[in-house]
Amino acid sequence: MTHGDLNEDILTPLAFGVCAPIDSFEPVAFDDFASALRQTLDDGGRVLSLFARSTSEAQQWTLVAVLARRHASEAAGQDPARASLVGGDYSFSLGVVCARVGQSYPSLTPRSPALHLFERDLHERCGIVPEGHPWLRPVRHWPSDGGDATQPWPMYELEGPEVHEVRVGPVHAGVIEPGHFRFQCHGERVFRLEIALGFQHRGLLAQLVGGPHCHTLAQMETVAGDTSVGHAWAHAQVVEALSQVCVSPRADALRACGLELERLANHVGDLGALAGDVGFLPTASYCGGLRGDLLNLSAMISGSRLGRGLVRVGGVGFDLDDELTGSMRERLRSIGEAAERANLLLWASPSSTGRFEGTGTVPPEVARSLGLVGFAARASGVDIDVRRCFPTQTYSDHPVRHWLKEQGDVYARGRMRWREAEASFAFLDQVLDELPEGDLRVAPTELSPDSLAVGLVEGWRGEICHIGLTDAQGRFEAYEIVDPSFHNWTGLEMALRGAEISDFPLCNKSFNLSYAGHDL
Amino acid sequence: MWNILRTRAAQGQRTAAYPKSAPELPARFRGRLALAPAACDEGCGACVDVCPTHAITCEPSLALDLGRCLFCTECVDVCPTEALSSTPDYRLATTTRDALVLKGEPLALAERLSDEIARRFGRSLGIRVVSAGGCAGCAAEVNALSNIIFDLGRFGIHVVASPRHADAMLVTGPVSHAMKGAVEATYRAIPAPKFVIAVGACAISGGPYAESPAVEQGLATTVPVDLFIPGCPPHPYTLLDGILRALGRAVP
Repeated sequence: MTHGDLNEDILTPLAFGVCAPIDSFEPVAFDDFASALRQTLDDGGRVLSLFARSTSEAQQWTLVAVLARRHASEAAGQDPARASLVGGDYSFSLGVVCARVGQSYPSLTPRSPALHLFERDLHERCGIVPEGHPWLRPVRHWPSDGGDATQPWPMYELEGPEVHEVRVGPVHAGVIEPGHFRFQCHGERVFRLEIALGFQHRGLLAQLVGGPHCHTLAQMETVAGDTSVGHAWAHAQVVEALSQVCVSPRADALRACGLELERLANHVGDLGALAGDVGFLPTASYCGGLRGDLLNLSAMISGSRLGRGLVRVGGVGFDLDDELTGSMRERLRSIGEAAERANLLLWASPSSTGRFEGTGTVPPEVARSLGLVGFAARASGVDIDVRRCFPTQTYSDHPVRHWLKEQGDVYARGRMRWREAEASFAFLDQVLDELPEGDLRVAPTELSPDSLAVGLVEGWRGEICHIGLTDAQGRFEAYEIVDPSFHNWTGLEMALRGAEISDFPLCNKSFNLSYAGHDL
Repeated sequence: MWNILRTRAAQGQRTAAYPKSAPELPARFRGRLALAPAACDEGCGACVDVCPTHAITCEPSLALDLGRCLFCTECVDVCPTEALSSTPDYRLATTTRDALVLKGEPLALAERLSDEIARRFGRSLGIRVVSAGGCAGCAAEVNALSNIIFDLGRFGIHVVASPRHADAMLVTGPVSHAMKGAVEATYRAIPAPKFVIAVGACAISGGPYAESPAVEQGLATTVPVDLFIPGCPPHPYTLLDGILRALGRAVP
């Protein structure tokens, strides 16, 4: 992979875990900004976030893009100043690029579809018009806030004598979060699925401005309830970077244990749900119980099955003694064996695997161009994992075994989740065996004023990105949250193209995306 | 086939002994908080300052609203006089909002909602679950009730896929403005007699989002609530205990 002709000077490098003064990010010409984003994506890197700051002049905005640039690893070896570590054959580094725009600018989406939701978000939140954006619908305020439920925004329509439309939601037939789905079908065949979200919107980002408040961490643990540890950790990284606090190796290791337990509970639970969706009940029942066992392990650490209270700014809220780590390892081994038995049944059942294979395929080129993240991206051949690209100490010391598949179907996503679960069992066994020493919690200090910091965590669904910007008093002037679901909902829409409407539950479960994390 | 049977044998009996015996909970489980207002050093206010949801007041005397509480126990950690303590008691459900405000007396736990509810639904209850602006943490624990450990079906209780099949509505989340209409429509579509369960701090009081202009401050401003089950999220046993109590069923 080459670096094309990107002039690296227009990027301001940012070290992972360290904050930088906002005025160190000099705005560049819009064309340079656009080419930096384009080149980053073309090189296999990521646009982690794209948002706008208001300026002192009316109708003038500063677009801010936080990028994860991918480099061939020799480059990383030659430049010891690079903040990130090598992931596979590549290394990643963080950079920030800014540009001034008025109320409109030429859309970047036609060239780089991975930016389509960020641009819709800019339009929705700031009124900036990315001219030439192919589908400038609101992201999450439909139909709340400015909208009206009886006057929804136009959705994609298909006309023809034999075409029909199936509308589902917002309330679904089960214990599921609300969202509105429209399938344009010809018979059973789905031409197109469009998903309208925003029903879980609770005004989270606006609530964070002026913080951190005493309820901020509670809000972070509820960005997406099943990713409490992931989001709390990303937030803690932001605050720790802004207050120049370094957590101890022990606190880092305990956070990683919480994160992997969260991953295990969700992966094992969803594998059971996938089995349930194809009527293979043995694995469905066993995994349901095993998920509970894994949640109970989280509760052994923090008292909460969802890991609430584990991550605290500056460290962790709970410690493990030798007796507890010993009994956790023992339980993990027996749960791991039981989960393996349950999964072997599923993967050895041709009627189940036959239903998974070739269903809901997201080809690698689609996954790459849409910027999918997490296991869904890795099941479609996109090699991206924060635990390898921007590892904390624990993940550097105990690299997680890493898998990549190309097929991009329900089978690949299911297998990927089982492989990742196996890797997490092995990781936890290693880390719990030799928990490093260190303080549980370092007292946080005042946040640096007029600064920006990035938090990055590989949650069980994928890349979680938090960005905090402080004002002159060291309070949050703005706070951005990008849940992996933000990127991956479009992947689910693509998975349904040309599929049958009866494939939907299976495809949906294979992604199991968060509505709350998307709607914020 | 043999493999499936062998795995079934290795799996063993997983369903909990509850309600014949009290549930097993983790040692660090944070249940009901206990108050000793007499021990409170007036004017200290340390607990008031750390509480993320303003669940605690010191004036005129110490009171804690379990409907707002996230059970983070930060207040317990900062209290210099042990006027606040955390107990492992998982039983938290009440039938009135006021009962959730602890002032030092024992918590008035929920009892059967009415003779008619107990008679009609005591052995067969269909619940329609609506997630309305929450984080899905409560929804995940409601979902867990249907797994083989808690096995809701053995009580004759099941989650139904249509409000027309439902006898009760269970709502999680603070009720986002975008969901208010859907919650009302679901309530209207459930045939009477019916009752409503608010699950979690968000549905009872708005929880950590109580100050957000994008949400209601809980379910009660949208539909009448009959049963309050606090927590963030409530443990599945807390949920089960509350629902069984509302039906007048025996619980430990």
